[in-house]
Amino acid sequence: MDKFTTLTGIAAPMPMINIDTDMIIPKQFLKTIKRSGLGVNLFDEMRYDDDGKEIPDFILNKDAYRDAEILVAGDNFGCGSSREHAPWAIKDFGIRCVVAPSFADIFFNNCFKNGILPIALPQEQVDILMKDAEKGSNARMSVDLDAQTITTSDGEVFSFDVDPFKKHCLMNGLDDIGLTMEKAAAIDTYERSASQARPWV
Amino acid sequence: MSPKTLYDKIWDAHVAHEADDGTCLLYIDRHLVHEVTSPQAFEGLRMTGRKVRAPEKTIAVPDHNVPTTPGREDPSNMTEDSAIQVAALDTNAKDFGIHYYPVSDVRQGIVHIVGPEQGWTLPGMTVVCGDSHTATHGAFGALAHGIGTSEVEHVLATQTLIQKKSKNMKVEITGKLRPGVTAKDITLSVIGATGTAGGTGYVIEYCGEAIRDLSMEGRMTVCNMAIEGGARAGLIAPDEKTFEYCKGRPHAPKGAQWEAAMDWWKTLYSDDDATWDKVITLKGEDIAPVVTWGTSPEDVLPITATVPAAEDFEGGKVGAAQRSLDYMGLTPGTPLNEVEIDTVFIGSCTNGRIEDLRAAAEILKGKKKKDGLRAMVVPGSGLVRAQAEEEGLADIFKEAGFEWRLAGCSMCLAMNPDQLQPGERCAATSNRNFEGRQGRGGRTHLMSPAMAAAAAITGKLTDVRDVMS
Repeated sequence: MDKFTTLTGIAAPMPMINIDTDMIIPKQFLKTIKRSGLGVNLFDEMRYDDDGKEIPDFILNKDAYRDAEILVAGDNFGCGSSREHAPWAIKDFGIRCVVAPSFADIFFNNCFKNGILPIALPQEQVDILMKDAEKGSNARMSVDLDAQTITTSDGEVFSFDVDPFKKHCLMNGLDDIGLTMEKAAAIDTYERSASQARPWV
Repeated sequence: MSPKTLYDKIWDAHVAHEADDGTCLLYIDRHLVHEVTSPQAFEGLRMTGRKVRAPEKTIAVPDHNVPTTPGREDPSNMTEDSAIQVAALDTNAKDFGIHYYPVSDVRQGIVHIVGPEQGWTLPGMTVVCGDSHTATHGAFGALAHGIGTSEVEHVLATQTLIQKKSKNMKVEITGKLRPGVTAKDITLSVIGATGTAGGTGYVIEYCGEAIRDLSMEGRMTVCNMAIEGGARAGLIAPDEKTFEYCKGRPHAPKGAQWEAAMDWWKTLYSDDDATWDKVITLKGEDIAPVVTWGTSPEDVLPITATVPAAEDFEGGKVGAAQRSLDYMGLTPGTPLNEVEIDTVFIGSCTNGRIEDLRAAAEILKGKKKKDGLRAMVVPGSGLVRAQAEEEGLADIFKEAGFEWRLAGCSMCLAMNPDQLQPGERCAATSNRNFEGRQGRGGRTHLMSPAMAAAAAITGKLTDVRDVMS
């Protein structure tokens, strides 16, 4: 997994609540057996018209935001389907950090498995970041995972919470499976006792 | 011992390792797999030379993008990309030695219908699948939730998940339901009351007389949509109905093991003095037959209501409601029961079980769908389909003008050829009314099977109580 330590980049504002994973990557793009190449279809139905032409009003189609690396969005981001194609598409587009007042549980977890940092902040702080993002490509935000801060283009600093284990994995690009396999003895022990207690499982 | 919730009890029985910061390795008893969210996980195993740790606890079935029309065993009748995914699942099941129900098997169907039907899902288990509607299995008092593909790979390789415990939320539905009100109306009404993020960070336990009175099929419908309320999982404590449902299923325990299992299952309830982080109570008699009007499952109203205006809401919901109204092509103030529809879809992991088909057939018996309307029934599994044919339900649907399909997810997520056209409006028994969910530009109204059947007769969103005989 790619490491995440610091990031300074353009932030795209998407002031919508309940952005679901069907919006992030519609189902017709789930028929892949790969993880890569989905960025071009990120937000496909909002981004392109029926003929496949770009819809100029959509935020990521505007020149200022084509290279966005941060997304600032409304409440309950990533709700709905568990599809990991959503963070794959976000990452493939080049976005490494999503800021919102809250995230849906499965999407939130999926981000960390893919080197993306989801940051949940109070609505008032997201509002300030949203305004900052609306300034366009000259306004760059900075994220520092080690310090757990996000800084607006004006230098205003907000602190965020992150689970220490997830932070450790993200900062070091660690593979969860490798880490868990180091605990194989504990799993073996559990399996032996569980199979005695509940042999029907 | 300190009092525990049902969730606490199942959680405690499955912690294989706990780190100092509370991060746990939760042991997984059943891992269900389908063709769309698993290919990258199996590829990951191959690339790292890892094996499936517990193939005997891993069950695969293709459901998401298989066609529901005859001849689908022949890959040339599928789109190329769908055929590749199904072929990949075939190969992965064989190579890694996991249980498998191919499309040619009568037991094939939607993974969340097949699991309980075959007795894979049992009380007190941990069940995961790369699909958010895994919450369905919570109806058995199993801790069941959806995971992403990286976690699918993690479970395949280690039979565990890295987890932190969620909070406990109780949703109590007191009293009796009124005629025409079903499990679907309960679960939609709860989401309408809590919002789609109301359950975020929680595991919900549904309880109360109205929940106890539900069949296992109804309980599965309720738990299925826990995810739509944002919860990690939904649970219902097992009782005699649960045990009766499980008994004799192909993979349920037998003989002395059944007795041993029952001894443990009977301890699976929340203690009277357990602590809840959040409690929601709805009165069963206050719940009406409902439909959704917008593009979020929280956009729920009784069928007797009118289309709301954006100004009826607050905060970020004002903009969201306006966007929904525009997308749905609805005018505020219009009575919901005057909204005309083009399509009826009965099926999905929410409402594709035998009881759902019975409820719809009961309304449709001796009646016809409105002319020009497209209507389909997609049974949740081959066995549900066979049973419905045996009970004469299939004939009722066919005589009413419905298409009678083979099992799969179908138009719930429209990954197969069953899709809405832009602007088409659908009365659907599925679980998501998101923009584009059933096809680009398609407009979805969620409701119960009986309500969808009523809508098929009139061609409009309809109060099922008006057509009940």
